[in-house]
Amino acid sequence: MAEFRLPPNSRIGVGKTHAAAGGKRAKAFKIYRWNPDDGENPRTDTYEIDLDQCGPMVLDALIKIKNEIDPSLTFRRSCREGICGSCAMNIDGTNTLACLKPIAEVREAVRINPLPHMPVVKDLVPDLSHAYAQLRSIEPWLQSDTPPPPDAERAQSREERAKLDGMWECILCFCCTTSCPSYWWNGDRYLGPAVLLAAYRWIADSRDEKTGERLDALEDPFKLYRCHTIMNCTQTCPKGLNPAKAIGEIKQLMLERQI
Amino acid sequence: MNETTRNAQAPRVAVMRSPLARARGLGAARSGVGHWWAQRLSAVALLPLVLWFVAAILSLAGAGQPAVAHWAAQPVHAVLLLCLILASFYHMQLGLQVVIEDYIHADGMKLAALLAMKAACLLLALTALLAALRLAL
Repeated sequence: MAEFRLPPNSRIGVGKTHAAAGGKRAKAFKIYRWNPDDGENPRTDTYEIDLDQCGPMVLDALIKIKNEIDPSLTFRRSCREGICGSCAMNIDGTNTLACLKPIAEVREAVRINPLPHMPVVKDLVPDLSHAYAQLRSIEPWLQSDTPPPPDAERAQSREERAKLDGMWECILCFCCTTSCPSYWWNGDRYLGPAVLLAAYRWIADSRDEKTGERLDALEDPFKLYRCHTIMNCTQTCPKGLNPAKAIGEIKQLMLERQI
Repeated sequence: MNETTRNAQAPRVAVMRSPLARARGLGAARSGVGHWWAQRLSAVALLPLVLWFVAAILSLAGAGQPAVAHWAAQPVHAVLLLCLILASFYHMQLGLQVVIEDYIHADGMKLAALLAMKAACLLLALTALLAALRLAL
Protein backbone atom coordinates (compact mmCIF):
# COMPACT_ATOMS: atom_id res chain seq x y z
CA MET A 1 0.00 0.00 0.00
CA ALA A 2 1.00 3.60 -0.33
CA GLU A 3 2.89 4.77 2.73
CA PHE A 4 1.18 7.65 4.46
CA ARG A 5 3.51 7.65 7.48
CA LEU A 6 7.25 7.92 7.59
CA PRO A 7 9.08 4.74 8.64
CA PRO A 8 10.27 4.87 12.30
CA ASN A 9 13.87 5.72 11.41
CA SER A 10 12.73 8.70 9.29
CA ARG A 11 10.47 10.43 11.82
CA ILE A 12 11.70 13.90 12.53
CA GLY A 13 12.64 15.01 16.04
CA VAL A 14 13.33 18.43 17.52
CA GLY A 15 16.94 19.53 17.21
CA LYS A 16 19.14 22.29 18.54
CA THR A 17 18.32 25.99 18.52
CA HIS A 18 21.00 28.51 17.66
CA ALA A 19 19.65 31.84 18.95
CA ALA A 20 20.51 35.10 17.25
CA ALA A 21 23.41 37.04 18.77
CA GLY A 22 21.53 40.33 18.83
CA GLY A 23 20.31 42.27 15.78
CA LYS A 24 16.99 43.98 15.25
CA ARG A 25 15.53 41.82 12.49
CA ALA A 26 15.99 38.25 13.72
CA LYS A 27 14.46 35.51 11.58
CA ALA A 28 14.24 31.84 12.44
CA PHE A 29 15.14 29.11 9.94
CA LYS A 30 13.91 25.62 10.81
CA ILE A 31 16.05 23.25 8.79
CA TYR A 32 15.85 19.48 8.30
CA ARG A 33 19.04 17.77 9.44
CA TRP A 34 20.05 14.17 8.93
CA ASN A 35 23.48 12.65 9.07
CA PRO A 36 23.88 9.13 7.60
CA ASP A 37 26.90 8.47 9.84
CA ASP A 38 25.54 9.06 13.36
CA GLY A 39 22.70 6.51 13.23
CA GLU A 40 20.18 8.97 14.63
CA ASN A 41 16.77 10.03 13.39
CA PRO A 42 16.39 13.24 11.40
CA ARG A 43 15.77 16.41 13.40
CA THR A 44 14.80 20.01 12.79
CA ASP A 45 17.44 22.53 13.86
CA THR A 46 16.49 26.16 14.37
CA TYR A 47 18.90 28.93 13.40
CA GLU A 48 18.13 32.57 14.10
CA ILE A 49 19.92 35.10 11.96
CA ASP A 50 19.84 38.88 11.66
CA LEU A 51 18.32 39.80 8.31
CA ASP A 52 20.22 43.11 8.32
CA GLN A 53 23.43 41.07 8.05
CA CYS A 54 22.14 38.72 5.33
CA GLY A 55 21.37 38.78 1.61
CA PRO A 56 17.72 38.75 0.47
CA MET A 57 17.34 35.15 -0.67
CA VAL A 58 16.92 31.91 1.29
CA LEU A 59 20.17 30.64 -0.24
CA ASP A 60 21.97 33.69 1.20
CA ALA A 61 20.71 32.68 4.63
CA LEU A 62 21.79 29.04 4.17
CA ILE A 63 25.28 30.13 3.13
CA LYS A 64 25.43 32.53 6.07
CA ILE A 65 24.42 29.75 8.47
CA LYS A 66 27.02 27.39 7.01
CA ASN A 67 29.76 30.04 7.10
CA GLU A 68 29.06 31.59 10.48
CA ILE A 69 26.99 29.25 12.66
CA ASP A 70 27.14 25.59 11.64
CA PRO A 71 29.64 24.38 9.01
CA SER A 72 28.11 20.88 9.13
CA LEU A 73 24.91 22.07 7.39
CA THR A 74 24.89 20.33 4.01
CA PHE A 75 23.15 21.51 0.85
CA ARG A 76 23.79 21.80 -2.89
CA ARG A 77 24.23 25.17 -4.54
CA SER A 78 26.19 26.55 -7.44
CA CYS A 79 25.05 29.42 -9.66
CA ARG A 80 22.87 31.35 -7.15
CA GLU A 81 20.82 32.75 -10.06
CA GLY A 82 18.27 30.06 -10.89
CA ILE A 83 20.00 28.45 -13.82
CA CYS A 84 21.79 25.39 -12.40
CA GLY A 85 18.94 23.85 -10.42
CA SER A 86 21.24 22.67 -7.62
CA CYS A 87 19.56 24.38 -4.66
CA ALA A 88 16.09 22.88 -5.23
CA MET A 89 14.47 22.22 -1.85
CA ASN A 90 11.17 22.49 -0.04
CA ILE A 91 10.88 25.98 1.45
CA ASP A 92 7.82 27.01 3.44
CA GLY A 93 5.96 23.96 2.12
CA THR A 94 6.68 24.51 -1.57
CA ASN A 95 9.43 23.08 -3.75
CA THR A 96 11.51 25.88 -5.19
CA LEU A 97 15.05 27.13 -5.71
CA ALA A 98 16.61 28.63 -2.57
CA CYS A 99 18.42 31.19 -4.71
CA LEU A 100 15.19 32.49 -6.25
CA LYS A 101 13.08 32.47 -3.07
CA PRO A 102 13.12 35.81 -1.20
CA ILE A 103 13.18 35.44 2.59
CA ALA A 104 10.67 38.30 2.75
CA GLU A 105 8.03 36.09 1.09
CA VAL A 106 7.95 33.84 4.17
CA ARG A 107 6.03 35.46 7.01
CA GLU A 108 6.80 33.09 9.90
CA ALA A 109 9.90 30.97 10.52
CA VAL A 110 11.39 29.65 7.28
CA ARG A 111 10.91 25.88 7.21
CA ILE A 112 13.37 24.14 4.90
CA ASN A 113 13.27 20.45 3.97
CA PRO A 114 14.86 18.38 1.22
CA LEU A 115 12.82 17.69 -1.93
CA PRO A 116 9.95 15.44 -0.79
CA HIS A 117 9.86 11.65 -1.03
CA MET A 118 13.39 11.15 -2.33
CA PRO A 119 16.10 9.24 -0.46
CA VAL A 120 18.19 11.72 1.54
CA VAL A 121 21.97 11.68 1.16
CA LYS A 122 22.51 14.20 3.96
CA ASP A 123 20.58 17.19 5.34
CA LEU A 124 19.09 19.01 2.33
CA VAL A 125 20.77 16.84 -0.32
CA PRO A 126 18.38 14.35 -1.97
CA ASP A 127 19.49 11.33 -3.98
CA LEU A 128 18.28 12.03 -7.52
CA SER A 129 19.98 9.02 -9.20
CA HIS A 130 16.69 7.40 -10.18
CA ALA A 131 15.23 10.62 -11.60
CA TYR A 132 18.42 11.22 -13.61
CA ALA A 133 18.29 7.63 -14.89
CA GLN A 134 14.67 8.15 -15.91
CA LEU A 135 15.75 11.23 -17.86
CA ARG A 136 18.47 9.16 -19.55
CA SER A 137 15.87 6.50 -20.39
CA ILE A 138 13.86 8.85 -22.62
CA GLU A 139 17.02 9.59 -24.65
CA PRO A 140 16.93 13.40 -24.43
CA TRP A 141 18.99 14.17 -27.49
CA LEU A 142 18.32 14.76 -31.19
CA GLN A 143 17.83 11.54 -33.14
CA SER A 144 17.61 11.64 -36.88
CA ASP A 145 18.23 9.23 -39.78
CA THR A 146 18.74 12.08 -42.24
CA PRO A 147 22.33 13.27 -41.99
CA PRO A 148 22.74 16.98 -41.35
CA PRO A 149 23.52 19.10 -44.44
CA PRO A 150 27.28 19.23 -45.01
CA ASP A 151 28.91 22.11 -43.16
CA ALA A 152 25.55 23.42 -42.02
CA GLU A 153 23.12 23.10 -39.16
CA ARG A 154 19.72 21.43 -39.43
CA ALA A 155 17.28 24.13 -40.51
CA GLN A 156 14.20 24.92 -38.46
CA SER A 157 11.53 27.51 -39.24
CA ARG A 158 10.70 30.24 -36.75
CA GLU A 159 7.32 28.57 -36.12
CA GLU A 160 8.94 25.17 -35.53
CA ARG A 161 11.46 26.68 -33.15
CA ALA A 162 8.71 28.52 -31.28
CA LYS A 163 7.18 25.14 -30.32
CA LEU A 164 10.14 24.50 -28.03
CA ASP A 165 9.57 27.64 -25.99
CA GLY A 166 8.48 26.80 -22.47
CA MET A 167 10.45 23.54 -22.58
CA TRP A 168 14.07 24.33 -23.36
CA GLU A 169 14.12 26.57 -20.28
CA CYS A 170 13.78 23.56 -17.93
CA ILE A 171 16.86 23.35 -15.68
CA LEU A 172 16.07 19.86 -14.34
CA CYS A 173 15.88 20.86 -10.69
CA PHE A 174 13.12 18.21 -10.19
CA CYS A 175 10.99 20.56 -8.07
CA CYS A 176 7.99 19.45 -10.17
CA THR A 177 8.68 15.72 -10.12
CA THR A 178 9.12 15.65 -6.33
CA SER A 179 5.94 17.70 -5.81
CA CYS A 180 3.82 15.14 -7.67
CA PRO A 181 1.80 12.69 -5.51
CA SER A 182 1.71 10.24 -8.40
CA TYR A 183 5.49 10.30 -8.42
CA TRP A 184 5.56 9.82 -4.64
CA TRP A 185 3.41 6.67 -4.86
CA ASN A 186 4.72 5.25 -8.13
CA GLY A 187 8.03 6.98 -8.82
CA ASP A 188 9.70 3.66 -9.53
CA ARG A 189 7.69 3.40 -12.78
CA TYR A 190 6.06 6.78 -13.41
CA LEU A 191 8.51 9.08 -15.19
CA GLY A 192 7.30 12.26 -13.51
CA PRO A 193 6.68 15.74 -14.93
CA ALA A 194 10.31 16.86 -15.43
CA VAL A 195 11.20 13.81 -17.51
CA LEU A 196 7.92 13.90 -19.45
CA LEU A 197 8.49 17.60 -20.22
CA ALA A 198 11.95 16.68 -21.52
CA ALA A 199 10.40 13.84 -23.55
CA TYR A 200 7.88 16.20 -25.13
CA ARG A 201 10.64 18.71 -25.84
CA TRP A 202 12.12 16.13 -28.25
CA ILE A 203 8.76 14.92 -29.56
CA ALA A 204 7.93 18.53 -30.46
CA ASP A 205 11.32 19.21 -32.08
CA SER A 206 10.85 19.46 -35.86
CA ARG A 207 14.40 18.21 -36.46
CA ASP A 208 13.88 14.95 -34.57
CA GLU A 209 12.85 11.93 -36.66
CA LYS A 210 12.10 9.43 -33.87
CA THR A 211 8.75 10.87 -32.81
CA GLY A 212 6.95 7.54 -33.20
CA GLU A 213 9.58 5.59 -31.29
CA ARG A 214 9.50 8.22 -28.54
CA LEU A 215 5.72 7.89 -28.24
CA ASP A 216 6.05 4.07 -28.28
CA ALA A 217 8.46 4.26 -25.35
CA LEU A 218 6.05 6.41 -23.34
CA GLU A 219 2.81 4.54 -24.02
CA ASP A 220 2.48 2.76 -20.72
CA PRO A 221 -0.08 2.85 -17.89
CA PHE A 222 2.70 3.78 -15.47
CA LYS A 223 5.42 5.65 -17.36
CA LEU A 224 2.93 8.24 -18.70
CA TYR A 225 -0.62 7.60 -17.57
CA ARG A 226 0.03 7.90 -13.82
CA CYS A 227 -0.36 11.64 -14.49
CA HIS A 228 -3.83 12.51 -13.18
CA THR A 229 -3.55 16.23 -13.97
CA ILE A 230 -2.97 17.15 -10.32
CA MET A 231 -1.02 20.21 -11.56
CA ASN A 232 1.35 20.47 -8.57
CA CYS A 233 4.15 20.43 -11.14
CA THR A 234 2.99 23.59 -12.89
CA GLN A 235 2.20 25.32 -9.63
CA THR A 236 5.61 24.69 -8.11
CA CYS A 237 7.93 25.21 -11.13
CA PRO A 238 10.41 27.93 -10.10
CA LYS A 239 10.96 28.77 -13.77
CA GLY A 240 7.26 29.27 -14.46
CA LEU A 241 7.03 26.36 -16.92
CA ASN A 242 4.03 24.12 -17.49
CA PRO A 243 4.95 20.42 -17.40
CA ALA A 244 1.26 19.46 -17.04
CA LYS A 245 0.53 21.02 -20.45
CA ALA A 246 3.42 19.10 -22.03
CA ILE A 247 2.07 15.84 -20.57
CA GLY A 248 -1.38 16.75 -21.94
CA GLU A 249 0.16 17.27 -25.38
CA ILE A 250 1.80 13.83 -25.22
CA LYS A 251 -1.54 12.21 -24.32
CA GLN A 252 -3.18 14.05 -27.21
CA LEU A 253 -0.55 12.77 -29.68
CA MET A 254 -1.02 9.23 -28.32
CA LEU A 255 -4.69 9.51 -29.19
CA GLU A 256 -4.08 11.24 -32.51
CA ARG A 257 -2.17 8.25 -33.87
CA GLN A 258 -4.94 5.87 -32.80
CA ILE A 259 -8.00 7.52 -34.34
CA MET B 1 34.14 -11.42 -6.17
CA ASN B 2 33.52 -14.33 -3.75
CA GLU B 3 32.82 -14.29 -0.03
CA THR B 4 36.45 -14.73 1.08
CA THR B 5 37.86 -11.80 -0.86
CA ARG B 6 35.00 -9.43 -0.10
CA ASN B 7 35.85 -6.70 2.38
CA ALA B 8 34.09 -7.64 5.60
CA GLN B 9 33.35 -3.97 6.28
CA ALA B 10 31.62 -3.34 2.98
CA PRO B 11 27.86 -2.85 3.41
CA ARG B 12 25.69 -5.43 1.71
CA VAL B 13 23.65 -3.89 -1.06
CA ALA B 14 20.55 -5.81 -2.09
CA VAL B 15 20.16 -4.11 -5.47
CA MET B 16 23.24 -3.54 -7.60
CA ARG B 17 21.32 -3.16 -10.84
CA SER B 18 22.23 0.10 -12.55
CA PRO B 19 19.89 3.07 -12.14
CA LEU B 20 19.28 3.10 -15.90
CA ALA B 21 18.25 -0.56 -15.93
CA ARG B 22 15.85 0.14 -13.06
CA ALA B 23 14.45 3.24 -14.76
CA ARG B 24 13.86 1.33 -18.01
CA GLY B 25 12.33 -1.55 -16.05
CA LEU B 26 10.34 -3.93 -18.25
CA GLY B 27 9.92 -1.28 -20.96
CA ALA B 28 6.73 0.37 -22.13
CA ALA B 29 3.58 -1.75 -22.13
CA ARG B 30 2.52 -0.10 -25.44
CA SER B 31 -0.96 0.38 -24.06
CA GLY B 32 -2.77 2.81 -21.83
CA VAL B 33 -4.14 5.24 -24.38
CA GLY B 34 -7.24 3.04 -24.83
CA HIS B 35 -7.99 3.05 -21.10
CA TRP B 36 -7.41 6.81 -20.89
CA TRP B 37 -9.66 7.54 -23.88
CA ALA B 38 -12.41 5.18 -22.67
CA GLN B 39 -12.47 6.91 -19.31
CA ARG B 40 -12.91 10.31 -20.94
CA LEU B 41 -15.50 9.11 -23.47
CA SER B 42 -17.60 7.43 -20.79
CA ALA B 43 -17.37 10.60 -18.68
CA VAL B 44 -18.68 12.67 -21.59
CA ALA B 45 -21.49 10.17 -22.19
CA LEU B 46 -22.43 10.25 -18.50
CA LEU B 47 -22.82 14.01 -18.47
CA PRO B 48 -26.13 14.20 -20.38
CA LEU B 49 -27.28 10.80 -19.10
CA VAL B 50 -26.91 11.81 -15.45
CA LEU B 51 -28.56 15.20 -16.06
CA TRP B 52 -31.48 13.44 -17.76
CA PHE B 53 -31.73 10.89 -14.95
CA VAL B 54 -31.68 13.51 -12.19
CA ALA B 55 -34.34 15.57 -13.99
CA ALA B 56 -36.46 12.44 -14.44
CA ILE B 57 -36.14 11.46 -10.77
CA LEU B 58 -37.12 14.98 -9.70
CA SER B 59 -40.18 14.91 -11.98
CA LEU B 60 -41.14 11.56 -10.43
CA ALA B 61 -40.77 12.80 -6.87
CA GLY B 62 -43.74 11.68 -4.78
CA ALA B 63 -45.08 9.36 -7.50
CA GLY B 64 -46.17 5.83 -6.53
CA GLN B 65 -44.57 2.56 -7.65
CA PRO B 66 -47.01 2.03 -10.58
CA ALA B 67 -46.23 5.49 -11.98
CA VAL B 68 -42.49 4.92 -11.78
CA ALA B 69 -42.81 1.46 -13.33
CA HIS B 70 -44.90 2.93 -16.12
CA TRP B 71 -42.28 5.63 -16.70
CA ALA B 72 -39.43 3.10 -16.80
CA ALA B 73 -41.33 0.86 -19.19
CA GLN B 74 -41.46 3.41 -21.96
CA PRO B 75 -38.93 2.36 -24.64
CA VAL B 76 -37.00 5.66 -24.73
CA HIS B 77 -36.68 5.76 -20.96
CA ALA B 78 -35.74 2.08 -20.79
CA VAL B 79 -32.99 2.43 -23.41
CA LEU B 80 -31.57 5.53 -21.76
CA LEU B 81 -31.63 3.77 -18.38
CA LEU B 82 -29.68 0.85 -19.84
CA CYS B 83 -27.18 3.31 -21.34
CA LEU B 84 -26.83 5.05 -17.98
CA ILE B 85 -26.20 1.78 -16.16
CA LEU B 86 -23.64 0.55 -18.72
CA ALA B 87 -21.77 3.86 -18.84
CA SER B 88 -21.75 4.28 -15.04
CA PHE B 89 -20.36 0.86 -14.22
CA TYR B 90 -17.92 0.90 -17.14
CA HIS B 91 -16.63 4.30 -16.00
CA MET B 92 -16.56 3.15 -12.39
CA GLN B 93 -14.35 0.12 -13.02
CA LEU B 94 -11.98 2.20 -15.17
CA GLY B 95 -11.60 4.76 -12.39
CA LEU B 96 -11.28 2.25 -9.57
CA GLN B 97 -8.62 0.42 -11.58
CA VAL B 98 -6.53 3.60 -11.57
CA VAL B 99 -7.04 4.05 -7.82
CA ILE B 100 -5.93 0.48 -7.11
CA GLU B 101 -2.90 0.81 -9.40
CA ASP B 102 -1.98 4.08 -7.69
CA TYR B 103 -2.12 2.88 -4.10
CA ILE B 104 -1.66 -0.90 -3.94
CA HIS B 105 1.87 -1.98 -4.71
CA ALA B 106 2.19 -5.57 -3.50
CA ASP B 107 1.85 -7.57 -6.72
CA GLY B 108 -0.44 -10.38 -5.48
CA MET B 109 -2.60 -7.94 -3.53
CA LYS B 110 -2.87 -5.61 -6.53
CA LEU B 111 -4.04 -8.36 -8.89
CA ALA B 112 -6.49 -9.72 -6.30
CA ALA B 113 -7.93 -6.26 -5.66
CA LEU B 114 -8.25 -5.55 -9.40
CA LEU B 115 -10.03 -8.84 -10.08
CA ALA B 116 -12.36 -8.50 -7.08
CA MET B 117 -13.21 -4.92 -8.04
CA LYS B 118 -13.95 -5.84 -11.68
CA ALA B 119 -16.08 -8.81 -10.59
CA ALA B 120 -18.03 -6.63 -8.17
CA CYS B 121 -18.63 -3.99 -10.86
CA LEU B 122 -19.80 -6.66 -13.31
CA LEU B 123 -22.21 -8.20 -10.78
CA LEU B 124 -23.61 -4.82 -9.77
CA ALA B 125 -24.00 -3.79 -13.42
CA LEU B 126 -25.82 -7.03 -14.31
CA THR B 127 -28.10 -6.64 -11.28
CA ALA B 128 -28.98 -3.08 -12.27
CA LEU B 129 -29.53 -4.10 -15.91
CA LEU B 130 -31.80 -6.95 -14.86
CA ALA B 131 -33.85 -4.60 -12.67
CA ALA B 132 -34.22 -2.06 -15.49
CA LEU B 133 -35.20 -4.80 -17.96
CA ARG B 134 -37.81 -6.27 -15.56
CA LEU B 135 -39.40 -2.82 -15.36
CA ALA B 136 -39.29 -2.41 -19.13
CA LEU B 137 -40.46 -5.86 -20.28
